[in-house]
Amino acid sequence: MEPGEIHALLGENGAGKSTLMNVLYGLYQPDGGEILVDGKPLRLKGPSDAIRAGIGMVHQHFMLVPVFTVAENIMLGAEQVRGGIVGFLDRRRARREVAEVSARYNLRVDPDAVIEDLPVGIQQRVEIVKALTRDVDLLILDEPTAVLTPQETEELLTVMRSLKAAGKSIVFITHKLGEVKAIADRITVIRRGRTVGTASPEASRDELAALMVGRDVRLTVDKQPATPGRPILEVAGLVVDDDRQVRAVDGVDLTVRAGEVLGVAGVQGNGQTELIEAIMGLRPTLAGTVTLDGEPIHGWSTKKVLRAGVGYVPEDRSVDGLVKEFSVAENLVLDIYDRPPFGRGLALRPEAIAASAKERIEQFDVRTPSADAAVGTLSGGNQQKVIVARELSRPLKLFIAAQPTRGVDVGSIEFIHSRVVRERDVGTAVMVVSSELDEVIGLADRIAVMYRGRIIGIVGPDTPREEIGLLMAGITPDAPAPAPADGAATPGEATGGTAGGATPAPERPGNEDEA
Amino acid sequence: MSTTAVPDVAVAAVDEGFWTRPRKVGAVLLALGVLATVLFGALATGQQARFTLSETEGGAALEIQGTLGAILFGVVAAGAGGALLAGVPKRWFTLVLGVGLVAFVLSFLCWQVSAAPEGRNFMPMVNIVRGTFVLALPLIFGALAGVLCERSGVVNVAIEGQLLMGAFSGALFGSLSGNVWVGLVAAAVGGAFISLLLAVFAIRYLVDQVVMGVVLNLLAVGVTGFLYERLMQTDADKYNSAPRFGNWEIPLLKDIPLLGPALFRGNIFLYLGLLLVLVIHLALFRTRWGLRTRSVGEHPTAADTLGVKVLSLRYRNVLLAGVVAGIGGASYTLALYSFTKNMIGGKGFIALAALIFGRWSPTGALLAALFFGFADQLATYLGAIGSSIPNQFLAMLPYLATILAVAGLVGRVRAPAADGKPYVKG
Repeated sequence: MEPGEIHALLGENGAGKSTLMNVLYGLYQPDGGEILVDGKPLRLKGPSDAIRAGIGMVHQHFMLVPVFTVAENIMLGAEQVRGGIVGFLDRRRARREVAEVSARYNLRVDPDAVIEDLPVGIQQRVEIVKALTRDVDLLILDEPTAVLTPQETEELLTVMRSLKAAGKSIVFITHKLGEVKAIADRITVIRRGRTVGTASPEASRDELAALMVGRDVRLTVDKQPATPGRPILEVAGLVVDDDRQVRAVDGVDLTVRAGEVLGVAGVQGNGQTELIEAIMGLRPTLAGTVTLDGEPIHGWSTKKVLRAGVGYVPEDRSVDGLVKEFSVAENLVLDIYDRPPFGRGLALRPEAIAASAKERIEQFDVRTPSADAAVGTLSGGNQQKVIVARELSRPLKLFIAAQPTRGVDVGSIEFIHSRVVRERDVGTAVMVVSSELDEVIGLADRIAVMYRGRIIGIVGPDTPREEIGLLMAGITPDAPAPAPADGAATPGEATGGTAGGATPAPERPGNEDEA
Repeated sequence: MSTTAVPDVAVAAVDEGFWTRPRKVGAVLLALGVLATVLFGALATGQQARFTLSETEGGAALEIQGTLGAILFGVVAAGAGGALLAGVPKRWFTLVLGVGLVAFVLSFLCWQVSAAPEGRNFMPMVNIVRGTFVLALPLIFGALAGVLCERSGVVNVAIEGQLLMGAFSGALFGSLSGNVWVGLVAAAVGGAFISLLLAVFAIRYLVDQVVMGVVLNLLAVGVTGFLYERLMQTDADKYNSAPRFGNWEIPLLKDIPLLGPALFRGNIFLYLGLLLVLVIHLALFRTRWGLRTRSVGEHPTAADTLGVKVLSLRYRNVLLAGVVAGIGGASYTLALYSFTKNMIGGKGFIALAALIFGRWSPTGALLAALFFGFADQLATYLGAIGSSIPNQFLAMLPYLATILAVAGLVGRVRAPAADGKPYVKG
């Protein structure tokens, strides 16, 4: 790393990027090797050593105390105190420090706002300010754009440029090629815990992608045009609360027809999770109706919904999709263990379970040492294939897949995508929810964009990414935004915030991974 | 950096239904008020209900004719309930609810006092206030011990055991040395000993904290019970005759009517308890230690990334909690009674309830403890005036109040987010 350099660390999910940086930040201890700062080896016993050495980190999952104010979060660990040993907090000084740093780097934050009330984009800004108040020279940003809208990403890149101009070095961890090419000075590619190459930002997307996954990949999905049939799932006026009793789904209407894929796009946390959980009967609906093939199913138990012909791949496989300690075979029958041929009366029939497991492991290409291996020992991709195999083994009317390829290797992504399309082609209604826009665009026949608990627009898969990106940020074409020509003339206006999206730069961070 | 203009999608007017929480509470209060007006009004007698500002029948007093008082306060309670039902601004909710509950209690007292036999139909307020504080004192210490522990993310179910161990070692070493201060220090060490076990097993060995707490309570009962039978019962003079702290009168303050004799002629534990509430409150919300403690209880990983030593802070706070609870235990054996087997008798669990009722804040815990103390004191008083309400029912009052308080009255309480979750790096 050199001063004033933005160094991108590129690699697939699970390639070891975050682990490497956690070592650098002193959170994990290295098993071997050494870290050099200014030519001197550095031994980090903990994050405080790293901070002292001028290293700051913005974690993928923000390290902010949700019930504290911005100022409290920023001063934590480096408190200014009065009163000697008693250590009364000097809040005024902390607030002033926040204001100073905010002004110097043009990162506006309200020191008295409580973190949990702030949108993620602002929370991230707080994280950056937190690092900057500690006088870091090297800032590590771990997957900073994963939770941001395209517009917020644009802002973040601007911030990174101004930090670079101020002489700070930045390590930028990501798996998104567009962002890397837009901002990095140097690129290091990591695969399976090893550096597999360095590249300059001039390298083409294809080269980078090939370096990253180790072979040529195609991330588009082959499919024929859809032939939608009758409506299978109809949701009308659905209202759902999240766990904190805050409105998460706020009057959603949507229809999924037989033989089509409806993609639901949106930044994480805009009600997608709650929408699906409500459909599945995992979360009470406060108002509205859900009908499956003409029959109202809201208020049904999850078991009843599943038995009515709904397949469901939950968003978080390790928590909701699988019982990790159970074997692959057992996980494959979690939905119908009590039905013949797998169960009779009070007893399970292990031979039938084993036989069907063997068959499905083959069918779905699950790479496991045996059907009796605990599912938790499998890789993410293979775990996901177990879930998909289980859910697609019943006769389905509706198949719902939430984040079906999150944390899954490229080979498995291709496989899962092809199974989703095949399911559509046999006439099942399919709903795919994903925060990866490429996945939605690749799979869907229609795309519904969710924003703050509502469907803000339904568009075709040929819609330009920029437009979908704006929808994800809550900006609809018919909202009072100026036409592009006017936008250029009055860039400073409040509604002109669309400028970033309306005038795409040659290398826009939005165009991810289209290698 | 320009902020992207996002047209604010208006959040739909949510039809919460008519029965919001304040309305439900209001309906219950209204029902209570009507009940008080009708029932207490009918049962009260025409005698005067006297609330004397002293310890005896004489002296200045507030009085009201029994039936009139019962009906009047009943109507006030019903009115407060009605106001909540009709809808009051949110910030007035607590005030109106408080007025309503106090009026209900007063209506009840007007009935009880006026119906008491001649010669006992007065309520000595000094005794009531003092008794409330005396009975609340172990709860205050216990709840503060809970605050210290749980704010840093360790669930403390072992308050009972800490109080008991404090009471025991205070009595034992106070007796052996013949010095109250030695007893006090020993009590603190005794409480800290139980805490140390909790800390080591919960923080170092990641044992479930609730289970560990329960086990420690049983351990404390067992150990102190055994030693009590072996030592104290065989030679009470030597082992169970600790000197006691006397009452300290605070000049000037002791002459305040009602509060003076009730509060400022007490013993060291009363002053210490109230002072600790103030000190811990300030420390928790105004100092570096407090900020770090709260961060460790809410989001230890975040604290760790900022160089806060999560585990050592937890150790320290758990030990400190033991010291506080141990002193609380000594408030029995070094001021009031000699040690007896299992003498804490569940107060530690009520302290836990006070902690939750008080929303994990020191001042909240104080108020909750006083509430429980008052319920307890009232039961004693009503027994003394020969109330028509059965004695067993009165003895049940504080526990009933606990259930109501913990279940319904507080509404949704939010514990520290990492409370009870062991912290493992990485």
